[in-house]
Amino acid sequence: MSATLLEWSVFLAQAMLALAMGCAAWRILAGPRAQDRILGLDTLYVNAAMLLLVFGIRTSSALYFEAALVIALLGFVSTAALSKFLMRGEVIE
Amino acid sequence: MRRILPHPLAALALLIAWLLLVGDFSPGSLILGVVIAILGSWLLREVQPPRLRLRRFGVLFELVRVVLVEIVRSNFAVARIVLAPRPRAISSGFVRIPLEMRDPIGLTALAFIITATPGTVWVEYDSADDSMLLHVLDLIDEAEWVGIIKNRYERRLMEILT
Amino acid sequence: MNDSDLPLWAALPVSVLLLLGAGLTLSGCIGLLRLKSFYARVHAPTLGTTMGMFCTLLASILYFAVTRSRPVLLEILIAVFISVTTPVTLMLLARAALYRDRREGRDDVPPPGTHGAP
Repeated sequence: MSATLLEWSVFLAQAMLALAMGCAAWRILAGPRAQDRILGLDTLYVNAAMLLLVFGIRTSSALYFEAALVIALLGFVSTAALSKFLMRGEVIE
Repeated sequence: MRRILPHPLAALALLIAWLLLVGDFSPGSLILGVVIAILGSWLLREVQPPRLRLRRFGVLFELVRVVLVEIVRSNFAVARIVLAPRPRAISSGFVRIPLEMRDPIGLTALAFIITATPGTVWVEYDSADDSMLLHVLDLIDEAEWVGIIKNRYERRLMEILT
Repeated sequence: MNDSDLPLWAALPVSVLLLLGAGLTLSGCIGLLRLKSFYARVHAPTLGTTMGMFCTLLASILYFAVTRSRPVLLEILIAVFISVTTPVTLMLLARAALYRDRREGRDDVPPPGTHGAP
């Protein structure tokens, strides 16, 4: 009983997170402007890290968590760098 | 003490992060973590960040409680706005809020609190006339937001940091 | 999934927390699609990074504490890191967008601070 309940809720949570990643990916593709795409990318990173946490519960192993940590770190650095580029890249001195 | 450990709070945070990352609390990793924390706080001394002085811990806990309650409440408020079947014309907009706080740590904390709460984003700080620009998703009354930011957060932050 | 040793009293809150966290994250991302302007869309990811992350973290802690397969440590670091860094990136992004809009001379963004200027 509890195994079935947990299995279904983990499956549903993963489906919702995958759908959320789809929304973020759509925002990356559709734009319309560069800042929208970067926002979508940041959301995609966060959702990927959360999806890996749920994967960790599903397989009851800690293998995925290190990947989630790396994704979180890379997501922060890349988004910060991209938004800095948006501010500096267009400056014509 | 200050010479060996210039930033004790930062060093403690580094030690905790190291222990969580390694995942065990054996003496070996504890010693290595302490060494790394001390080295890290020496590095931080070279950067010379503004020094944090906390007082009034009661107000600090009250602020944390207020912020957590507000985050939970506005999570559901924003979810309701987004999931409304017929999207009503929400009037999101900017509010410029004059600030009295000058302390960089307090301003950082205020920016973090505002942006971490769903529905409000700190957009910019203007040091020329000491005001911040706030973007609110569901903006109904501008004056109300000025009051919320100043009374709920800024006053308490100014009491905590001196 | 070897969770046959997980009792119902633990499975129920874990499930509820997982669904709540994922649901809030999903509604934030739906906002990413539905909201009209960029500055409104900036608000969308904070749902996932505050309560979505917190609920998922709590579910994970509860699950691994009850099954006792391993100590729960690394995901606390992940959750704290994501919750702390996302506001920083959102602030940077909003500032960059404001800078770009001002340079293009759009009139739907406020001008640089003139409120209390002498």
